[in-house]
Amino acid sequence: MSTVDIRAATAQVHRAEWARIVASLTKRFGDLDVAEEAAAEAFAVAVERWPADGLPPNPGAWLTTAANRKAIDRLRREGKRDEKQVAAERLYGERHDQDGDPYADLFGTADDIEDERLRLIFTCCHPALAMESRVALTLRMVGGLTVPEIARAFLVQETAMARRITRAKAKIKAAGIPYRVPSAQDLPVRVSGVLAVLFLVFNEGYLATGSASDPVRRDLTGEAIRLTRLIRDLLPDDGEVAGLLALMLLTEARHAARVSADGELVPLDEQDRGAWDAQLVAEGHALVRERLAAGAAPGRYQLLAAINAVHTSAREMRDTDWSQVVALYDQLVRVDPSPVVALNRAVAVAELSGAQAALAEVDALEEQLAGYHAYHAVRADLRRRLGLDEASRAAYDRAIELAGNTAETAFLVRRRDQV
Amino acid sequence: MQVLVSVIADDTVRLATPDEMTAIDAFNGRLKADGHWVFAAGLAEPGASTVVDHRGPEPIVTDGPFLESKEYLAGFWIIEAPDLDAALELAAEGSRHCNRRLEVRPIL
Repeated sequence: MSTVDIRAATAQVHRAEWARIVASLTKRFGDLDVAEEAAAEAFAVAVERWPADGLPPNPGAWLTTAANRKAIDRLRREGKRDEKQVAAERLYGERHDQDGDPYADLFGTADDIEDERLRLIFTCCHPALAMESRVALTLRMVGGLTVPEIARAFLVQETAMARRITRAKAKIKAAGIPYRVPSAQDLPVRVSGVLAVLFLVFNEGYLATGSASDPVRRDLTGEAIRLTRLIRDLLPDDGEVAGLLALMLLTEARHAARVSADGELVPLDEQDRGAWDAQLVAEGHALVRERLAAGAAPGRYQLLAAINAVHTSAREMRDTDWSQVVALYDQLVRVDPSPVVALNRAVAVAELSGAQAALAEVDALEEQLAGYHAYHAVRADLRRRLGLDEASRAAYDRAIELAGNTAETAFLVRRRDQV
Repeated sequence: MQVLVSVIADDTVRLATPDEMTAIDAFNGRLKADGHWVFAAGLAEPGASTVVDHRGPEPIVTDGPFLESKEYLAGFWIIEAPDLDAALELAAEGSRHCNRRLEVRPIL
């Protein structure tokens, strides 16, 4: 294997094994700090040694053993060994020179391992932490992103991001946030808390804010999808988990068609549908079909996924089944009666019943959405269709003032100048 | 671990109603029965407080709460709970019974 191949393989192992290793160390040593540092050190050693020594036969086991030794070294240095750590040290001291696969023995069954990663995710997304801390902590501890990577993703100074993560870990310890999967009674609420974190990460990638950033941050959308896949593996029967994954896949599938070569956002009706990722579309559709077959009342993410499935089933914009889109939005309004959902519903109503009917619905949202760029963008488009040019331009102006995404601003400016 | 559960009141809020007192008593009974009870007390209104400072040579006594704020501590529980999730669950129940917001904070 060439050095380049080994580097790629190491990166792959990092993605696959990071959460597992941090989770098992956290459980063993009862300390997120120790787990994070030891896992990072073990990977640093791997990056240094594997290109020279070659990839070990079981990289996950190699890393686990190395990380455990690093953690024990640290605890020994700090004189903080209690009986549990002595026991861990004994176990590793006896085992690490033996042949065979220490991995299986050390971690028990596959179910236990999955359980450990779930514990880690629920702890990082605990509602007692501020939302921005949950996002940062999840990307660091579960996603394995480095602090500089997370800082760049959210346009925050590295030192500020490091402080945010340190404070969050300190709160977990000081507040007594437990390291476990929530009780069955709390589980639905807590799962939806985890999904909210992942959806936020995805949306920040999908419609990145800030004039200095790329309009689409595929590092973030990709990471959100990867973590949602992980949750899906761990909670395969949860409908909303499947729904969120489908929603992300069907959105991500359109990424290549969503921004033009000039960096301008391309609306759905102008997208080159041939540029959509057929594999992601197929996977998203399969998940939506699975949820339909389950027959359970769909939640917010499942309904959003179903709406996106209708859009991605149409070969051309004019083939879109708008009555089904509106019917799904009607269901969504009942689950999530927010003004943003009502706005998106109105966009579908415009296609089904005409711009006049839609504009009346949109105008009714003014009080709640006056500060939201999309409200003004939708209004501008509907007024344009109705020949209300001056009013349309005014609404575009307001939308441009409020929009934070560079590609979206470029699109709105062009549209305004065409009116 | 033990946690301090503070009862947050704002100055428009009156003392607990008889119905709220009954509900709080019942909740306290359950805390005792389940082994969570350590201590609980209601506090007199902030205007009844006096500040003492004997960091200098003579004790100085001044009128009034040390913090002037719209919100004040109306009472507290000290409860025993295995972790934050358990404490939050109890606090959620307590908040419903006393009809006020609660702050949960571990005791060192």
